[in-house]
Amino acid sequence: MPMPYYVSPEQMMQDKAEYAKKGIAKGRSIIAMEYVDGILLAAENPSASLHKISEIYDNIAFAGAGKYSEFENLRKAGIRHADLKGFMYSREDVTARSLANGYSQSLGTIFSQEMKPLEVEILVVQIGHNGHTNEMYRISFDGSIIDEKQFAVIGGKSEAVQAVLKEKVPARPPDLRTALNLCIAALEQTGNQKLSLESLEVAVLDRTRDNRKFRRYSPAETKQFLA
Amino acid sequence: MKLPFLPNHDDASFFSFLTRQHPELTPGVRRSPDLPSVQHEPARPLQPVTVPHATTVLAVKYQEGVVIAGDRRATEGFQIAERRIEKVFKIDDYSAMAIAGAAGPCIEMAKLFQTELEHYEKLEGVQLSCEGKANKLGQMVKANLPMVFQGLVVMPLYVGYDLTRSEGRIFKYDLAGGRYEESDYHSIGSGGKDARNTMREHFKKAMAEAEALKLALLALYNAADDDVGTGGPDLVRGIYPTAKIVNGTGIIDVAESRIRAIYDEMLASRAAKER
Repeated sequence: MPMPYYVSPEQMMQDKAEYAKKGIAKGRSIIAMEYVDGILLAAENPSASLHKISEIYDNIAFAGAGKYSEFENLRKAGIRHADLKGFMYSREDVTARSLANGYSQSLGTIFSQEMKPLEVEILVVQIGHNGHTNEMYRISFDGSIIDEKQFAVIGGKSEAVQAVLKEKVPARPPDLRTALNLCIAALEQTGNQKLSLESLEVAVLDRTRDNRKFRRYSPAETKQFLA
Repeated sequence: MKLPFLPNHDDASFFSFLTRQHPELTPGVRRSPDLPSVQHEPARPLQPVTVPHATTVLAVKYQEGVVIAGDRRATEGFQIAERRIEKVFKIDDYSAMAIAGAAGPCIEMAKLFQTELEHYEKLEGVQLSCEGKANKLGQMVKANLPMVFQGLVVMPLYVGYDLTRSEGRIFKYDLAGGRYEESDYHSIGSGGKDARNTMREHFKKAMAEAEALKLALLALYNAADDDVGTGGPDLVRGIYPTAKIVNGTGIIDVAESRIRAIYDEMLASRAAKER
């Protein structure tokens, strides 16, 4: 039996990470930003039906960048995890933290054990109510998990977008209109082109809604809102 | 792609996910290999368990949708187990269900059905059609069949607003999961027959909302009059039947004050007849 070539674990991890990063950088960025009544999620997405942003539970939303089939699978697993927990215990026991941990464990295990790592970066956000703060978790292809404040960016040229937002985002949460304009400006500046509202996917977790806080804005609604 | 630490399943149905992966949580399904099968002692035949039973619920169509209502009593044998039980549930934005039968499993089924529809909507990005929802409920009733032999009957009455047809629809079920659509009104539970009799006499096509609500409450009153299992308005404790209205704008909870006003008027006219 021929012996496989020896590759040092360090080299292997590095190669995998590079491979995954390349895949993620190919896409476009997604921004999550806290605003006065909740969290805004905005993404450049030419497709009107293949969503990058979606609802997970009453006050939890999900966004995925990278390979569609892979983050779609993660999204579905997250909904199952959340619905199962809500059914087994109670609706208030479903938390973004436990979900983010599940994602982190899964991505980490796949990254270290499978041949091909997942080319995804995901966001799990939860709005707090009754004085609780919002939570935003950014989870990378290798399972590393980062707790973000004010705003979070994944996919595409995320570092460039982050740098732009760092300059512009006010210390106190802005209103929805300002937040959305900030997101559009940041995406346009880093993409070096005018963004059409038709290809902007917008959704919010709105604290003022009852029960299910997630709401998707259609391009027409976004246009009307910004007019 | 299998994901460690997260549930894997490849179906948009929460019910099927639960049945496969968590049979211990699924109502009616008790076939987990870990659970020992029950050995019957020949000297003592298996007795149906006594649990609280919820009774009369009804639904009646009107011009723009459906009124669905239920009394508030649960009985256990000849005892009243619960005076304030809620039997009419909002399931999603366009449908509601009312239940009769063993109270615990009934409420569990309503909760599971709520989760099922929300789960499908989130996974697939669209809501199930009205017919699809009704069929799914039928499958859940069918899965409960083993429990029926132990005396735990669950009988739902499902109403939904069909957005494609722009009309309210009523579905009833049998124990084996058979699903039948009713064109005008229906009632189930121990006082169901009495309530149906009232509705048969007074039902008109395309009633106004207020008229349909009044008819629903009258039917419940008459059912409570003739059936011990059905609770009428409890004036001493201030407990009244509950009702929901399902129409194109969504589900509206009828305020208790509105129901109380209708009963006050109804009771006054009944009392006048006795004098």
